[in-house]
Amino acid sequence: MTDQEQALPILRVNNIEVIYNHVVLVLKGLSLEVPQGKIVTLLGSNGAGKSTTLKAISGFLPLEDGAISDGHIEFMGRNLAGLQPHAIVRQGIFQVLEGRRVFEDLTVEENLACGAYIRNDREAIRIDMDKCFSYFPSLKNRRKRLAGYLSGGEQQMLAISRALLAQPKLLMLDEPSLGLAPLLVDEIFAIIKEINEREGTTILLVEQNAQLALSISSYGYIMENGRMVLDGPVDQLLNDQDVQEFYLGFGDQGEEKSYREVKHYKRRKRWLS
Amino acid sequence: MDFFLLLLTSGIAVGGIYALIALGFVLIYKATSIINFATGEFMMIGAYIFYTCSVLFGLPAIPSFLIVMAGAGLLGLLVERTILRHMLGQPTISIVMVTIGLSSILMGLAEIIWSSDFKSFPALFPRAPLVIGDLIIRSNLFWGFIVALATVAVFALIFKYAKVGVAMRATAGDQLAAFSMGINVRSMFTLAWIFGSIAASIGGLIIGNIGGVQPNLGGIGLKIFPVVILGGLDSIGGAVLGGFIVGIVENLAGGYLDPLVGGGVKNVAPFVVLVLILMVRPYGLFGRKEIERL
Repeated sequence: MTDQEQALPILRVNNIEVIYNHVVLVLKGLSLEVPQGKIVTLLGSNGAGKSTTLKAISGFLPLEDGAISDGHIEFMGRNLAGLQPHAIVRQGIFQVLEGRRVFEDLTVEENLACGAYIRNDREAIRIDMDKCFSYFPSLKNRRKRLAGYLSGGEQQMLAISRALLAQPKLLMLDEPSLGLAPLLVDEIFAIIKEINEREGTTILLVEQNAQLALSISSYGYIMENGRMVLDGPVDQLLNDQDVQEFYLGFGDQGEEKSYREVKHYKRRKRWLS
Repeated sequence: MDFFLLLLTSGIAVGGIYALIALGFVLIYKATSIINFATGEFMMIGAYIFYTCSVLFGLPAIPSFLIVMAGAGLLGLLVERTILRHMLGQPTISIVMVTIGLSSILMGLAEIIWSSDFKSFPALFPRAPLVIGDLIIRSNLFWGFIVALATVAVFALIFKYAKVGVAMRATAGDQLAAFSMGINVRSMFTLAWIFGSIAASIGGLIIGNIGGVQPNLGGIGLKIFPVVILGGLDSIGGAVLGGFIVGIVENLAGGYLDPLVGGGVKNVAPFVVLVLILMVRPYGLFGRKEIERL
């Protein structure tokens, strides 16, 4: 992974602490870097703080009574502290929220227009809409339909298309596989990879489906209890025994019990607590 | 038959004006989920601004009209920025009480500034009534109807096609998602108040032109309430249809039933229709029912 080292980080999260309602410490000194043009995956069990990390970056924390109490976030060398969510979108960071969150009462086309809200180049927006329809042909026939009537897979396609229309420099995806059929998930991930390669969009991916997420990424972070516990290039992570066991589901090949199991239990506890 | 047609046409004309005032409620509710009980007072202030410009300062109608729109927009902006922005996230009942309080304050202010005396407008529109066959429609009513419908149409077009209108609808649908699109949600709220206030003030101007202005002109806001609920609080099309239904029902009831029972039916009839329709469609005729995918 030599090119990994060459690529400059477009996003740098430096040792941040996030606190909710002035009391609950959710992120405890978390750092991560996303290199320009790469796909980086953030893994972790439920409640580890993955979504909170994304919300800290996109500035959504104040909307939920949360705040960054320490550390800072830099995007393209600029400190994001104090920027409102809509201003952060204008910096070039676009988050596809967990659960798709399409505008149900708006048509597919109007949803796409909302994605392009920060842009003013009407002609180029038209062209980009057509590009989205070429990525996701099933949206094309439904362009005048209300988004609320689309299937779950189509809504996820719409959510990603909406993000494409914003032409972000950094695209953050929060569990794009959530609630979708396996075949659709494969398709969506193939397109995420394609978007990264063709548009050169840097992607920060949060996923439960570790295997799939790592398969398209170049670097991975694993977090737990509001901290990073492991990070590295994907091939290194894939060979890590703990990652194999607890994230990819390759079992320990049985064998002896005794003390080994005790150690195993301790390790497991550390991962899943 | 002529009597029926007369009641029908005046019902339609009044209904168009009701629709515009209902729009004052709908525009604000759609974006912010707040029912503005001071809508009637926004109307009244609009009417007084017009009175001040045209009678006290002797300005012609068009500049006065523009000043009304600017003044109403400013009123909406101030109310949102100074009062309602701080109420974000508070319980609905508190916010409703705030708008009711606001209506009393505005009424009091109007009395202080313009006194409680009845003020009448100069003739705004050509005086000659509109004559279609045997039908005669009062010119104030007819022109009021035209202005009201044109205003409703302008707002409907903005919401349907303009970028800012689409963004307002998106904000109404899902605030967090709207934020994630780079939409400045708070300024959408402000804009909703500005739009709502302008719609109400033009309504007030039309009503004032028909019947003059007094600080209690805003009482009509309460009468518009069945219109808003009928159509569904968040639907522009519903506001228009609700306006026509209430206008027509009111006039027919007033024409046919009032002489029989000695009056009063005219004011009650809209509420009777309201109850009946809500029993069948609790979310109003066009109100938003959550989309359920099958």
